[in-house]
Amino acid sequence: METKNEILVEVEGLSKKFCKDLRTSLWYGVQDLFKGWKTGGESGQLRDKEFWALKDINFKLRRGECLGLIGHNGAGKSTLLKILNGLINPDEGKVTMRGKVGALIELGAGFNPILTGRENIYNNGAVLGFSRKEINEKIEEIIDFAEIREFIDMPVQNYSSGMRVRLGFAVAAQMEPDILIIDEVLAVGDLGFMLKCYKAIDEMLPNTAILFVSHSMPLVTRICNKILLLDHGIEKFFGENIGEGIDIYYKSFLNNEESKIVDEGILEILDAKFIDAGVNKADNIQVHWMGSISIYFKLLFKVKNTELPLLRLIFYDKEQRPIAIIEENLEMKNLTLKDDILEFEVVHEQIQFSKGIYSIDIAIFKAFSNTPIYRLNNALNFQVKHEVDVWPPFILKANFNEYIIKKTNE
Amino acid sequence: MELETRVYHKQSKKSFFNLLRDSLKDIFNSRFLSRQLAERDIKAQYRQSYFGLLWALITPLATAAVWIFLNLSGTVQVTDTGMPYPIYAFSGTLIWSIITEAIHSPMRSTSAARRMLSKINFPKEALIISGLYKLLFNSAIKIVLLFVFIYLLGIGFHLSQLLFPVIILAALLVGTTLGLFITPIGLLYNDIAKIITMGLTFIMYITPVVYAIPETGPMKSLMQLNPFTPIIVTLRDLLTGNSPQFMSYFIGLIVVSIPLFCLGLILYRISIPIITERSNA
Repeated sequence: METKNEILVEVEGLSKKFCKDLRTSLWYGVQDLFKGWKTGGESGQLRDKEFWALKDINFKLRRGECLGLIGHNGAGKSTLLKILNGLINPDEGKVTMRGKVGALIELGAGFNPILTGRENIYNNGAVLGFSRKEINEKIEEIIDFAEIREFIDMPVQNYSSGMRVRLGFAVAAQMEPDILIIDEVLAVGDLGFMLKCYKAIDEMLPNTAILFVSHSMPLVTRICNKILLLDHGIEKFFGENIGEGIDIYYKSFLNNEESKIVDEGILEILDAKFIDAGVNKADNIQVHWMGSISIYFKLLFKVKNTELPLLRLIFYDKEQRPIAIIEENLEMKNLTLKDDILEFEVVHEQIQFSKGIYSIDIAIFKAFSNTPIYRLNNALNFQVKHEVDVWPPFILKANFNEYIIKKTNE
Repeated sequence: MELETRVYHKQSKKSFFNLLRDSLKDIFNSRFLSRQLAERDIKAQYRQSYFGLLWALITPLATAAVWIFLNLSGTVQVTDTGMPYPIYAFSGTLIWSIITEAIHSPMRSTSAARRMLSKINFPKEALIISGLYKLLFNSAIKIVLLFVFIYLLGIGFHLSQLLFPVIILAALLVGTTLGLFITPIGLLYNDIAKIITMGLTFIMYITPVVYAIPETGPMKSLMQLNPFTPIIVTLRDLLTGNSPQFMSYFIGLIVVSIPLFCLGLILYRISIPIITERSNA
């Protein structure tokens, strides 16, 4: 009988080193080949040109748990998955995997582009460890799941990349693993198919320990109940507080480079920063949901007698979607220029953005026109804090009242 | 139900015997995978070609034809071979190609699957077996051709011809064993494949592939020492019904090859993770 909370994945003191230089790396490979014959031996030292791709990782995962593995590119996520999947060996520490391991790292492995979709179901299925009998039994289900019955006898080279992924996932979805490893493979299909994939994963979740690598925090929040944040191979956060882990991750992106896109030489931004009750707070801040932000501006006009321009602040979320724009400054006329310098602040109260990182582009236009004279992208960054993490960019303040039927006099 | 448990360490703490047992178990369990991979490659190879299977006939015939031409025209003087020269040349090139292909096969199959190796965990031994399947398929056509020649050119049937498959297996065994030993380093450095290809061209000339062992001289002792010689000579002796001159060398070769083959399997199994790590696709 399956016990509900058995530990399926156990990682103890796991470290892995990689080499920066190919030639050296190959030579170390030859040395390792010969060392492979000896048992024991030293390992804890870095050789010349090596670095720790993973250093001292520890965690446990039980059946029914889903671990979100997050971190910047090159943080060691894929390396960790490869070790867990048994593709490469650790340099230090120990990994114990209990049960059947299924990996959604590469969909459609073993496909040959010249052969038909049907033939490739057998190829892919064989690579994933199915027997011919099992595939025979499941093939109709696979074709239906992939929704490509019409093209199943066409060579796979004529498939779109989305169709290929569909077929690959449909085969992989037939696995009944105890441990499921998912890398970012599902991002290729169209929305309908993606939803179908996540539904399939949801169904597997209760009986499986899942390791999920993703850069999409809303997805991590939706699926995972544990989180591991990697930073340059080091375990930066591990725990059940998903929100906290994601906050730490977002914080590491706060200092992005600004870039000047347009500059007509008419004016210059001497200063633009967040202020909080008159206190300077540099160019990135944290604000709570429903808090307020105020931004201080100091502009220098290089051309005399310029009409006061139009200022637009455009807000982007972390996926670089423009999501909001500030109201136009029609009443800016009551501001006055002192020695060609204009100082003012823009205040927005009760910000209702959802948790995450936002950046602001500053765009300045000639008065009463759409002619840009200055644009600074990614000029300011700020982070909104909230207990829950959601996919939409806004959490709108709402009241839930008892509904009372109002009698009308008509 | 007891869950299958896998433990990954820096170094495998398993004994040679356990590694070999795992390797053989994987070969058995992945028999569908190896067949499927071979089927995939063979189908794909012939589907994108107009003449398809004909190529499998044309290539060996062409090679044999070159030597037959060189012999007939007197460019190359070959000592008496004791059988019609076309059969001599064809059987020699046939078994030689099986040996060299078997040497290259593990490295080629593994190299072609690099991308898969770095993404999916599957029994890697299936790659070796699928390589052998492909080799056997391609050779089968040539073997049929060889027997057609044998009956057409008047050698006729001899009971010893029934042992023919044993020779083929021996060629595969010796070739694959060598291949398994060069595969780990060959996958790290491309130089190895080049050296092997070049080396085998030279070795062919000290092997009785297209001409017989000379009566005297240093070439004679070189050829007699050459471990490929007993395979080829024994094949011809069995085909013509003569008593095998290199019988003891042939048997000794097989006896030595079997444990070496097992060692090669273990080496392959140990080295795959190291290769995956160093040569990412």
